[in-house]
Amino acid sequence: MGRVTAAAPIEIEKTEQAEEVFAVPEPDVPWVTIVHNDPVNLMSYVTYVFQTYFGYPKDKATKLMLDVHHKGRAVVSSGTREEMERDVQAMHGYGLWATLQQDRK
Amino acid sequence: MPGTFEPLPGGGAAVALDDVEISIIRSLAVQLLELIGPGPAEDAPGAGDPLAELFAEGPSEPPSDPVLRRLFPDAYSDPARPPADEAEADERRAHSAEFRRFTENDLRAGKRENALAVIRSLNALAAASAGEGGAVLKLSPEESRHWLGALNDLRLAIGSRLEITDEDDADSLYGLPDEDPRKPMVMAYLWLGGLQETLVSTLMP
Repeated sequence: MGRVTAAAPIEIEKTEQAEEVFAVPEPDVPWVTIVHNDPVNLMSYVTYVFQTYFGYPKDKATKLMLDVHHKGRAVVSSGTREEMERDVQAMHGYGLWATLQQDRK
Repeated sequence: MPGTFEPLPGGGAAVALDDVEISIIRSLAVQLLELIGPGPAEDAPGAGDPLAELFAEGPSEPPSDPVLRRLFPDAYSDPARPPADEAEADERRAHSAEFRRFTENDLRAGKRENALAVIRSLNALAAASAGEGGAVLKLSPEESRHWLGALNDLRLAIGSRLEITDEDDADSLYGLPDEDPRKPMVMAYLWLGGLQETLVSTLMP
């Protein structure tokens, strides 16, 4: 009995290794949407947009808005290039100044 | 209170506007509409064909008007990270052009819709206000969202015309002497800001 049960984990381990071989290679470097500061957009409006479009809670939306205001920019979302193009288009629809780029640090 | 949106019980917002205010906002919204321009397929072959409109491609070059450039900025052009070389600059230009081709028509349509919603509600209000000198504008939550977008676009447009590019520019406008030719535009800008600020507070989730 003991021997039989001892053999089992080895096989599981092998399976895991096999899966790793077939795992997706390096994930693509993610893309980010950046919102830039501009002196016209109201702070309350920018917070409203972050809450409404991204569904962020008020605290997070306010922090991002303050980053935009004080640091001049904030990364507001990340994901695939297609997703970020969608977010940038939405931001332009709201009148926010947004761009996307690959997240190279 | 004049120039201030108040929340309506059950959703929506209301503001009292006099005849002059109604006509100022309406005229600004009409100008914005004219600047944004008609839909892409309206003067193209196959005009009015919904399928043609669906597949109509937008422009690939940025608009020459500074207001439109602000409303439809380049999507692949980080101002804080200039391109490292000519190849990267070309790549960003190409990506921005492609983005523009596939998004600008929809973006223009959305902004037209907002401006049109403002004009429609002001037309109805002007009729109610005739002979009274003013009336109370009542907006549903959906109308409020159109108004919010249009007020923001109007402020971006005026801000761009007034060349407000940083916080100092905005601050310096408060102290303009009465004889400055920009004064009426600045007063409209600040007044619209008050309307937008109070409207957004009625919509906060």
